[in-house]
Amino acid sequence: MSQRVLYCHCAYARVVPEAVKQEVLAGLAASNLEFEAVPDMCEMSARRDARLAEWVDSGDALQIAACYPRAIKWLFSAAGVTLPEERVRILNMRESPASDIVTSILEAKS
Amino acid sequence: MSVQVVLYEGSGSQPLEPAERGAMMRALLEKGYPVESVRARGVANLSPGAATVVLGKFDGPLPQAEALHFRDLDGTATPDILAAIDSVREAASLPQPGKWKPWFPVIDYKRCTNCMQCLSFCLFDVYGVAKDGKIQVQNQTNCKTECPACSRVCPEVAILFPKYKHGPIHGGEVNADDMRREAMKVDISALLGGDIYSALRDRSIKAKSRFSKERDEDRALKERMNCLNKLQKEMDIPAEVFAALPSVDEIRAKADAAKRKAEAALAEKAQS
Repeated sequence: MSQRVLYCHCAYARVVPEAVKQEVLAGLAASNLEFEAVPDMCEMSARRDARLAEWVDSGDALQIAACYPRAIKWLFSAAGVTLPEERVRILNMRESPASDIVTSILEAKS
Repeated sequence: MSVQVVLYEGSGSQPLEPAERGAMMRALLEKGYPVESVRARGVANLSPGAATVVLGKFDGPLPQAEALHFRDLDGTATPDILAAIDSVREAASLPQPGKWKPWFPVIDYKRCTNCMQCLSFCLFDVYGVAKDGKIQVQNQTNCKTECPACSRVCPEVAILFPKYKHGPIHGGEVNADDMRREAMKVDISALLGGDIYSALRDRSIKAKSRFSKERDEDRALKERMNCLNKLQKEMDIPAEVFAALPSVDEIRAKADAAKRKAEAALAEKAQS
């Protein structure tokens, strides 16, 4: 199963530590990974952005660097998209160190 | 829908330095544009019909393709790149990103019991009822930024605000202590008179009564301010929300209408 890496920048609030966001984004950008970065998944949910369904419908395993898993799960649900828990991993930038998140994504991808 | 940006480093283009790649992605995100980093594989996951800008250091002349807008990063300053993407967005009549802070409630349906208290409580018509009789967040943009008040009245801690600073409202897991704490907060509001709106109503009536008896305008105003300040602190509600509250009569009418709506939805669901 191919994997897709997604990064949420939570651009319109200061709840994700700035240093963590910077380090995770820089870490992903410095790797050989292809990934998608979005400004704000809350905004995508409110607008029922078609991209959310496209990610899930792709059948890829999803690694999402964002915030609390419960929040992400129900944000997708609010947009009418059910996250398939068996192939989704949510990494919480509000709680986990940036280095752990980057390492975890890179290890899963390799 | 937003402009889709692809940072292309596949065949026919030069790779970017990691710092340059990171800085460009950050600049795009800060401006509200999603960006996909495409490397050696050279394949982007394009959304059908999306206005798409492809950025890269292309070898030779810029590629041409229908519905794709290519821009060369070589020798172009970041503000000029961002301005070029703005132009594509404007030409596609897409809204400017970042105009609205996405602050709204999100329902954890695993916890929600469909009690409809949030529907009855919210005065800004954020909640509604879906065709299947379930409570639903219908008007996200009506929600008052930074106000998590409806999550306070939810007896099941089923309402999240992902951008809230504290748990479990921010989406962290709910534990037994959280349940006790949230229940206490509801009890506090109950002690004030059943709910926050009836508290406001009662205070208003009392203040009016005192005013008529004592003709003490200053005292009545001070009393009301104290009540509002207390509620504001206890429930972490921004002052702007109180300032935006409708009149007492309007509150009563809205609350009654919401109650009828909730009762009708629950009755319909019970019959089906």
